[in-house]
Amino acid sequence: MRAVGWPLLGIAVVLAAFEVAPRVGVLPGSSFPTSSEVLVAMADLAGTAELWGALGDTLGSWAWAMLLAAAVAVPLGLAMGSSRVVERLLRPTVEFLRPVPSIALVPVLVLVYGTEPALTVALGAVAAAFPLLFQAMYGVADVDPVALDMGRAYGLGRFRRAWRITLPSCAPYLATGLRIAGSVALILVVTGEYAVGVAGLGREVYVAQSAGAYDEAYAWVVLTGLLGMAVNLGFGALERRYLWWHASRRPPVTGGW
Amino acid sequence: MTAGARVGSALGRAAVGLLVPVALVALWWWTSRDSDSYLFPPLGEILESLRDDWFGDRLGSDVAPSLRRFGIGFGLAAVLGVAAGTVIGLTPWLRRATQPVVELVRSIPAPLLFPIALVLFGIGDGSKVALIVLGAVWPVLLNTVDGVRGVDPQVLDVARSFRLPARTRLGRVVLPAAGPMIAAGLRIGLSVALLLTVVSEMRGGTNGLGFRIRADQRSFDTASAYAGVLVIGMVGLAVNLLFVAVERRVMRWHRGARGLLEPDRRPGSDRRPGQAPRPEPTAPEAAP
Repeated sequence: MRAVGWPLLGIAVVLAAFEVAPRVGVLPGSSFPTSSEVLVAMADLAGTAELWGALGDTLGSWAWAMLLAAAVAVPLGLAMGSSRVVERLLRPTVEFLRPVPSIALVPVLVLVYGTEPALTVALGAVAAAFPLLFQAMYGVADVDPVALDMGRAYGLGRFRRAWRITLPSCAPYLATGLRIAGSVALILVVTGEYAVGVAGLGREVYVAQSAGAYDEAYAWVVLTGLLGMAVNLGFGALERRYLWWHASRRPPVTGGW
Repeated sequence: MTAGARVGSALGRAAVGLLVPVALVALWWWTSRDSDSYLFPPLGEILESLRDDWFGDRLGSDVAPSLRRFGIGFGLAAVLGVAAGTVIGLTPWLRRATQPVVELVRSIPAPLLFPIALVLFGIGDGSKVALIVLGAVWPVLLNTVDGVRGVDPQVLDVARSFRLPARTRLGRVVLPAAGPMIAAGLRIGLSVALLLTVVSEMRGGTNGLGFRIRADQRSFDTASAYAGVLVIGMVGLAVNLLFVAVERRVMRWHRGARGLLEPDRRPGSDRRPGQAPRPEPTAPEAAP
């Protein structure tokens, strides 16, 4: 079969399964819309201000979360990767905090922020910070010492070494960190909206679900998934565009698996 | 370096590592000591609640049920993810057919799917476990697919020319070779599973860490809610340490296993530039 044949077949099979299952009663039809109903609901949403408003709210929180996380985690990671002292000082604390699921902060954040977007920003930022921090740390620790020595021998100053050697060497690590952080942050922003009622895609899912409008609820859910895919693919495309020169051109972490 | 000096420097390193946590806790204690804001209870009260409530009655009534759901959910996700990932990874057409759907479903935040789990599995433990599986299975599955695909084709050819039966090829060649990738996926799945355990309990139920913290928050018992967050942190740390210990034992033969916690800084190690020292779980991390 040709290149697009199998993926299309896979999508068709899943759509058909969710078209038939609620009709014949394999899934309870009262709470499972058929896939055609969901597609119609998605088409209905497409032109509405509701959709673009919710999308804007979610993406706004996401962008702030990413900015905050990057502003804190990247410098910290770079410092931990380039200085043994800093690493020894901070590593145990970071390792302790890393496994704490950021969602555990929700009850506390609700008390502080209520249903303000600041809640989802904080949630997303905490979750995005860890992949960024670790990628920055590994990236700067992996700079070729020979290249640094050569830069020193050629009389490059500290600043130019950082700009010309260290930064390009860790760029792919940072790019991977950004992509992972982007997906994780989006998931937590939407989860926060869904669980607490902050404006955005997640709240629309909740509202539609509580109103019993299941076709609309699943339309929002699928849209959320598509947005997640778009973020992931978008960062992947940026990497291919701006890091093509890098020797690694890393194995297919973005595209097919 | 003499043995004594080595012990001394190890102790010194541990002391340096403790410096920041101790300073942070001291700062927290000091700034919150007279706080009467319900948002920011004194650390002393939090620790009292931790000792009296969480390490008292709630250990059996809330922490244990959470751990049970977490264990069942993660176990199921691991088995399903490795099994499906192996089949998909070894079958090129199936991989191509499932890829778009898998990419979409794993991009959906799992908590949004909780109502489906509720309808299908009821309001008891079933729906909570289902939600955990639904979220934690993706990183395991994707990493298994990648790991199985990454097996050196020459090794597979050799196994085939020696006429190893398919079962032996799978158990002795394919799965061990994919082991490090699978382990990396399992470790991400572990964090996702813990997160979803808490989320599922916050949404519904009658006990568990998530339920209790939410209840504390609603009755403005903030100190107890903070203490619950600390308990979740301890559980997360404990299961991660346990996992790393098991992984080290199982993967002892693999050279990557040695660099797990310390980044490998030796020049000339055989990693490719741009790759984290362990098969750093990349895209699949986006699973909850």
